[in-house]
Amino acid sequence: MEVKILRVLENAREANNVIAGRNQMRLDKLGILAINIMSSPGAGKTSLILQTIDRLKEKFRIAVVEGDLASSVDADKVHEQGVPAVQINTDGGCHLNANMLESALDNLPLTDTDLLFIENVGNLVCPAGFILGEHKRVMLLSLPEGDDKPYKYPLMFSGVDVVLINKIDFLPHLDFNLESFRTAVAGINSRARIFQVSCKTGEGIDQWLSWLMGEIKMKKGAHY
Amino acid sequence: MVKMHEFSITQGILSIAVDKAREANASKITKINVVIGEISGIVSDCVNFYFDFLSKETIADDASLNFTRVPFKLHCRNCDATFTPEKFDWTCPFCREHQSEVASGYECYVESIEVT
Repeated sequence: MEVKILRVLENAREANNVIAGRNQMRLDKLGILAINIMSSPGAGKTSLILQTIDRLKEKFRIAVVEGDLASSVDADKVHEQGVPAVQINTDGGCHLNANMLESALDNLPLTDTDLLFIENVGNLVCPAGFILGEHKRVMLLSLPEGDDKPYKYPLMFSGVDVVLINKIDFLPHLDFNLESFRTAVAGINSRARIFQVSCKTGEGIDQWLSWLMGEIKMKKGAHY
Repeated sequence: MVKMHEFSITQGILSIAVDKAREANASKITKINVVIGEISGIVSDCVNFYFDFLSKETIADDASLNFTRVPFKLHCRNCDATFTPEKFDWTCPFCREHQSEVASGYECYVESIEVT
């Protein structure tokens, strides 16, 4: 039988990207700002979300999607703050896919939401390659991880809007070279904003909140 | 089963190939040519493993996967040069600036399929 070659040239992530586009349209219609939070395990994603909820919950209506391999520990912590949260267990999957967010959105009070946090699975590799429908991609790098990470995980660092350097209160105890880290990030990704924070002491959180509130207002402005 | 990100990628590759073959009224897919960038984080052995499992009872059941790797290259925003970096040094070898962005190496797409 004759073999025919068919040209395709289609992105292997196309199916995911289509659903992500659908998610984003749904969020846009409601004027919700969605933030995808990514980092290594233990860098402080949940702490950042909790700290932000604590500071902003009187001003904005916040909802959270928690992605983890297993357990509902993180969603429980968010619930305790009186904020609606949906836990996605990826059941061994190393990142969130757009279809997982789509089902999570069905279970959140979206008409009463201004800001949606999506906490991705702790991992600097896989979440970088999958968009979910978020408006902004934010990553945390905690000081103990080391200043060489941008060159080891370029896909993650080049695709984010914000890099938060967390656990900045550890600086006196570590050999982390802030300047070379900042140079590396700026080189790989010239549009990324960099904030130095400590989710534990609250240091630098004001700068992060000020950026975030600006984005929420812009989203609302575009909506109304 | 532990689903690494290659699982989603393999699902994508398979459904793209099957859709394209059906459009062309083909009865069998014999080969899928996939392009993967060097730093895309996609392990081809892992894609092959998931493919064997996912393609069962589809028209791609006996298809082989052929991977073309795209080398990792950087582009300097300052002097416009394209170069291959040293491991953890992204300094531009021409102008010594730190303004390098990834020019290639992230690719992940189905280039073509061979069908009967």
